[in-house]
Amino acid sequence: MGSARIPGQLLFHANKLLFGRNAWGTAASTCLVAKKSSTLAYQPDISPAEFGETTRMNLFQSLTSAMDIVLQDDPTSVVFGEDVAFGGVFRCTVGLKEKYGKDRVFNTPLSEQGIVGFGIGIAVAGATAVAEIQFADYIFPAFDQLVNEAAKYRYRSGDLFNVGKLTIRSPCGAVGHGGLYHSQMPESFFVHAPGLKVVIPRGPIQAKGLLLSCIRDQNPCIFLEPKILYRSAVEEVPVGDYVLPLGKAEVIMEGSDVTLLGWGTQVHVLRQVADLAHDKLNISCELIDLRTILPWDSATVIESVKKTGRLLVSHEAPITGGFGAEIASTIQEECFLHLEAPVQRVCGYDTPFPHVYEAFYLPDKWRCFEALKKMINY
Amino acid sequence: MSVASRCLWRSIGTFAKHARPSRLVSSNNNARNFSVSSRVSALDDHFFPGTKCRYTQKLEVLEPDQKDPIPVYRVMDNKGNVIDADEDPQFDKETCLKMYRCMTLLNTMDRILYESQRQGRISFYMTNYGEEGTQIGSAAALDPNDLIFAQYRESGVLMWRGFTLDNFMDQCYGNVSDVGKGRQMPVHYGSTDFHFVTISSPLATQLPQAAGAAYAFKRAQNGQVVMCYFGDGAASEGDFHGALNFAATLECPVIFFCRNNGYAISTPTHDQYRGDGIASRGAGYGIATIRVDGNDVMAVYNVTKVARQISLAQSRPVLVEAMTYRIGHHSTSDDSSAYRTDSEVSYWVKEDHPIGRLGFYMMNRGWWTEQDEKNWKNESRKQVLEAFSRAEKKLKPNPELMFTDVYDEMTPELKKQLSSMKEHVQLYKENYPLGNFESMDK
Ligand SMILES: Cc1ncc(C[n+]2csc(CCOP(=O)(O)OP(=O)(O)O)c2C)c(N)n1
Ligand SMILES: [Mg+2]
Repeated sequence: MGSARIPGQLLFHANKLLFGRNAWGTAASTCLVAKKSSTLAYQPDISPAEFGETTRMNLFQSLTSAMDIVLQDDPTSVVFGEDVAFGGVFRCTVGLKEKYGKDRVFNTPLSEQGIVGFGIGIAVAGATAVAEIQFADYIFPAFDQLVNEAAKYRYRSGDLFNVGKLTIRSPCGAVGHGGLYHSQMPESFFVHAPGLKVVIPRGPIQAKGLLLSCIRDQNPCIFLEPKILYRSAVEEVPVGDYVLPLGKAEVIMEGSDVTLLGWGTQVHVLRQVADLAHDKLNISCELIDLRTILPWDSATVIESVKKTGRLLVSHEAPITGGFGAEIASTIQEECFLHLEAPVQRVCGYDTPFPHVYEAFYLPDKWRCFEALKKMINY
Repeated sequence: MSVASRCLWRSIGTFAKHARPSRLVSSNNNARNFSVSSRVSALDDHFFPGTKCRYTQKLEVLEPDQKDPIPVYRVMDNKGNVIDADEDPQFDKETCLKMYRCMTLLNTMDRILYESQRQGRISFYMTNYGEEGTQIGSAAALDPNDLIFAQYRESGVLMWRGFTLDNFMDQCYGNVSDVGKGRQMPVHYGSTDFHFVTISSPLATQLPQAAGAAYAFKRAQNGQVVMCYFGDGAASEGDFHGALNFAATLECPVIFFCRNNGYAISTPTHDQYRGDGIASRGAGYGIATIRVDGNDVMAVYNVTKVARQISLAQSRPVLVEAMTYRIGHHSTSDDSSAYRTDSEVSYWVKEDHPIGRLGFYMMNRGWWTEQDEKNWKNESRKQVLEAFSRAEKKLKPNPELMFTDVYDEMTPELKKQLSSMKEHVQLYKENYPLGNFESMDK
């Protein structure tokens, strides 16, 4: 042979950039969330003084902080899922294995039904399980374990057994370019399973307090984390232990003409709609974050709609069979004589989540604004 | 019930059917002896349903590492020397060149698309670095009409079949020429021309589907097999186990081809399984199994040829485990320096690379020179860049395509949603990226 050089390799593989540590200055998931954040107007919440000392955290760090507290306080607690040991593909568990050991924070084999079933077993044995499903789009292999097992454990055993110590965390929602399987909001699949709780935070302070509640709540909880907020949502988050109530919506902006109702990322879209309505139409909006999808706080929403006479509910998931339908139905029953216009739902269309058409698919502020205008002029 | 009385009860059940009473009765003063003698006498010609197991008097625990690991079949050593001349598939020069060009073109395409993602020009990418031998060797051994179900790291298989650089780039851009109509993230290719079922992100779902397709092929007697690729991580999913069991019991002509590249994102195989890789599972399902050096394109070729023959001629599944290494990051969303060392990676780059091994082989034969390498590098780079800029210039498809293909025909409700989308976008034109898309019908 003519040369000692390795054919192919020098020319085709000596890609230094590829192997250099942090050569690209990125960590996992950066690019999955980078793009859309520019268009997402995030308005930070202010932490109530009684929650004590705060520090700057983004949403994934506030979740790490919540799990850190649980691992510290509850010696039975374990945190696990695919790629969790090195910190998780969205960095939510960074440092926890080093701090608490690999028997408490660990990788599982790649099987979602395995992860949830395993978590159920831990909870049945009286220990605390915090399991991660890498993307909400991949929760469906575990559908049977969640819907037929976790949801029904207490009921079917006459309360001999329960899996209240189980919490499933999973990143969800649109990021700008996730396509069919890195974008979905699956909440409405699970609200049809009495026995489960389904919770979706809108920001870091909420995320930490709600996750701590889910973990301590004596019912199995699915905690869906809008992944576009992991890095883009930054707040002064209380460093200590605090909980926020499950099953309780929050009125985050008071108003008199229209109630805007959403959860997760959509709360921030609706906040912009409220600003638009104020600036362009001189309309006063009341903005509500539902926070817990199951069991949902109908009382807060009913009270608001009785005051405003109008409800616009908006979610990313497809409109048909979405949770907006449940809300609209309850509101027309409870508030019929107060309504000035039919309840409006502005949601994803009834298609799979499309990659390049995302800008047209989402219930963005312009679609919500247009629906609001129609309600005002009804 | 005590162990002794349970044994007694079972033995009597057997005894009643196959009367050979004398020895049974004579040795029953102790439970253990009793059941032992019953095994020898009454049952040595009769098995539990579905088994052919012999009885033993020795209580043995079967340890998983009792047998040596399944060996890795290879043809070439790391330096491209054929170890046993009988195993050389004897490719002619043209075939070798075609394989080499395909492996390196794939590598060049990967580098350019990877970089283009880093520059924000496409949204996502996954490279095939280090797995070129696994992909091209297996693709070359199939019949071009065999149906392929893949995972996502098998672009070379599609390239071997004739999917063009333009086809790849168009999909990654999701432009008007993407046959998938811009609906999926980059690398989710599909092609009816090349019998390659469109990639789906949820892992392992393609495995039972491949068994089903193979069953239909068997009934159609079409002379084709189904090829199903998957990773070492995907093999932990429930669908993997269901698929192998279905394929075995329903005797499906399918090749389950595992690319064992050592990682599932950050998860090393030690956290993924504790048996002897994926190959050791084959026997458990009653499936013929081969383990091969995935960095040896010739070995992969030979193994896939044999797997195909067995599968087709005997109408049954074959499990292949190709041992290789994922040299690149998992995807553009991953930085693998967080969980493995540079030196671990550089061993596979420098010492055992599939492209290097085939290159050595060809140089040894005088079929390839450094000058050829240089020329081809420039030429292939040029081809890729040209296809890239062609794809980049094309518009995205008409946004109306968001609503088609949900069903074979658009439902009335979807038609309503489509027209309200159009009306809305018309009204708020300035807020939508209409300039990047083909215009909507009036
Ligand atoms: C059901 C499901 N769960 C999780 C994921 C996220 N995910 C994408 S690739 C991957 C690792 C797959 O590893 P492997 O099968 O070994 O293939 P490789 O990437 O090594 O080629 C994971 C966990 C997914 N796509 N589908
Ligand atoms: Mg792998």
